[in-house]
Amino acid sequence: MPNILMPALSPTMEEGKLSKWLVKVGDTVKPGDVLAEIETDKATMEVESVDSGEVKELLVAEGTEGVKVNTPIAVVLGEGESAPAPTPVARTAPEPAEAPVVAAEKAADAAPAAAAAPAAPKFEAAADPDLPAGVEMVEMTVRQALNEAMAEEMRRDKDVFVMGEEVAEYQGAYKVTQGLLQEFGPQRVVDTPITEHGFAGIGVGAAFAGLRPIVEFMTWNFAMQAIDQIINSAAKQLYMSGGQVTAPIVFRGPNGAAARVAAQHSQDFSAWYSHVPGLYVVAPFTAADAKGLLKAAIRTNTPVVFLENEILYGSTGLVPKVDDFVLPIGKARIARQGKDVTIVSFSMGMRYATQATEKLVAAGVDVELIDLRTLRPMDSATVIESVKKTGRLVTVEEGWPQGGIGAELTARVVAEAFDYLDAPPTRVTGKDVPMPYAANLEKLALPNVDEVIAAVNAVTYRS
Amino acid sequence: MARKPAAAKAAKSASLPNAPQFSKEDELKAFRDMLLIRRFEEKAGQMYGMGLIGGFCHLYIGQEAVVTGITMASQKGDAQITGYRDHGHMLVMGLDPKGVMAELTGREGGLSKGKGGSMHMFSNEHRFYGGNGIVGAQVSLGTGLAFAAKYRGENSVAITYFGDGAANQGQVYESFNMAKLWNLPVLYIIENNRYAMGTSVERATAQADFSKRGLSFNIQGEQVDGMDVRMVHDATRRAIDHIRGGGGPYILEMMTYRYRGHSMSDPAKYRSKDEVTTMRAERDPIEQVKSRILEKRFGTEETLKQIETEVRAIVTEAADFATSDAEPPASELWTDIYAA
Repeated sequence: MPNILMPALSPTMEEGKLSKWLVKVGDTVKPGDVLAEIETDKATMEVESVDSGEVKELLVAEGTEGVKVNTPIAVVLGEGESAPAPTPVARTAPEPAEAPVVAAEKAADAAPAAAAAPAAPKFEAAADPDLPAGVEMVEMTVRQALNEAMAEEMRRDKDVFVMGEEVAEYQGAYKVTQGLLQEFGPQRVVDTPITEHGFAGIGVGAAFAGLRPIVEFMTWNFAMQAIDQIINSAAKQLYMSGGQVTAPIVFRGPNGAAARVAAQHSQDFSAWYSHVPGLYVVAPFTAADAKGLLKAAIRTNTPVVFLENEILYGSTGLVPKVDDFVLPIGKARIARQGKDVTIVSFSMGMRYATQATEKLVAAGVDVELIDLRTLRPMDSATVIESVKKTGRLVTVEEGWPQGGIGAELTARVVAEAFDYLDAPPTRVTGKDVPMPYAANLEKLALPNVDEVIAAVNAVTYRS
Repeated sequence: MARKPAAAKAAKSASLPNAPQFSKEDELKAFRDMLLIRRFEEKAGQMYGMGLIGGFCHLYIGQEAVVTGITMASQKGDAQITGYRDHGHMLVMGLDPKGVMAELTGREGGLSKGKGGSMHMFSNEHRFYGGNGIVGAQVSLGTGLAFAAKYRGENSVAITYFGDGAANQGQVYESFNMAKLWNLPVLYIIENNRYAMGTSVERATAQADFSKRGLSFNIQGEQVDGMDVRMVHDATRRAIDHIRGGGGPYILEMMTYRYRGHSMSDPAKYRSKDEVTTMRAERDPIEQVKSRILEKRFGTEETLKQIETEVRAIVTEAADFATSDAEPPASELWTDIYAA
């Protein structure tokens, strides 16, 4: 290409000063030779030649200010090249030349939707599977349900393995991985050093190579050390690779407040991870959901953040005894149907919501209770459908209010069911403070059954 | 502060009488591959200047011998992963230069359909895992690739590149620890180009000999003249033999140099012009191969010119494709977020 153009030397540069020519007409240049120095608002940079040839003409005088990017500044002819059509010599107020950048602009113009982004596709979650009539229901703890889910998936697929701190020989800090080492051996149940950032990255790398790791964080509090690998490496990989490289990995462990472990060990990350496209975020409450959703999480090729709760590990529930109990990710569960008010919660929040519902129903309020189960993709269709019926929304979560799950639900309901609302959507959340240690203060910081009841009374205008 | 140029030390090794020799085929291949990187990167720099490439664009010019020698010493099935200075890796691994350049210009024919850009390109087929934008993250990821190889009983090596800047990240040492603990088949390549963006090694690191960074984990390492493709190849071959033989992770510190700024917008004021000029004049990896080819009569000026012509044609074709290909359709905004 005979014309040397004024280069852009940073992502934002539009013009600069041609401060010095380092070649003169008649010089022979080869690739890498410095042709000129350019001053931008930030720095002085050098323009190097890309081709070999002879300098035929310098089109912009040394010292010229305000030379626009892509203005021809010199003519360099290689062997067998002829001079370009005469260009206006740009010594003052140069006009941008017909440079290849125009091709990009044309391409952008050609895309009719360049200005407005196309609408997001709707996520269609499958319905829960139909259970055979008379199926046996087995009572088990959430801990057992999670353990069974992992064991079943590890039997089914040899690429599934578990890694984390104390998952093997210690049998799990919270005993969720109990017995897995004995059944599957140390190659598939891997104790790691205390090094969340490192082993999360190793898990993601193994997933790139086609394995299906289950990475246990002893608690999600420690996963903040690893959040770069979860978000930058796992969640964004499929998109950045144009659909080529998947990261089929499950990050799991207890989330939220336990009891009396204070600020650094008591935090709910639901809203944090639910913010991130490319992740599925699951937060089950019941034993059956824990089992069915963890199995689904292990099977999907999308990276999953699976938020458990230490306090719920010991709670029991009925789990259907079928060969392969897998639940759909992205589908809320209507825990109780009602027509007066919609309460939406998930994970530990469901405990407060369930207890409040019992009392409210006893008091004559017909509550519809929805367990989100999955936070991303969020099943707002089920919530909106419900609010259209009840006209009232109360959300319950342990996390902080600002930018929380309740805030998101409120925004969606206001946007899509505004005319159906009979009262302002109301949030019950953890208080906007770091978790205190003192027993009385900790209790105050967490949401409770009475707060849920008070919120329902407020939106139903019962005093 | 008196700066002890690392490359000067490495230069001695090049003149050792027992320097490993390349066959004619190797020399010509090395020349061709390094020249492809050089010309491709020069073209990328030019296209950046024309506004065709946006954002960050980190060029590999000066460091060509590192990835070329390593790739020549590796075999099919070995995985490679690096940071954001990644164009050269893809070119010598055999990824389509058109796809790489079109990704730089953000077009639909780019390797990532225009959605990744300069720092985010991948190929399952060639086992190239990026193209990673966060300094140091690829070290844990590469260790994970090695974990997978061992888990499956494969005989592949995960070649994990990072720079002297990334070498100070904490997760690097977390990864070293687990790699040795589990005896993973990972080759850590520290590309020491002497500057972490604008900060010289001397100003950023307490132990400037990066080959020793694995010592506290019992990982062996050595410094290699990264400007001499023969030395790179030889050290890599030995390291890979060690790893494939079950010896576990290994570290090679490649003493190299980047001619250009950290990225396109870096004027490189933190080093003297003399330093760059001297490196280019005395240590250039391509010139070294070129003079050996002529000296040993592996080829004539005409042979080299033919290769140059062939390489230029590839680069021109890539640039033409990357400027004429369409931008990704708007519908691509919403694809590739969730996998089945």
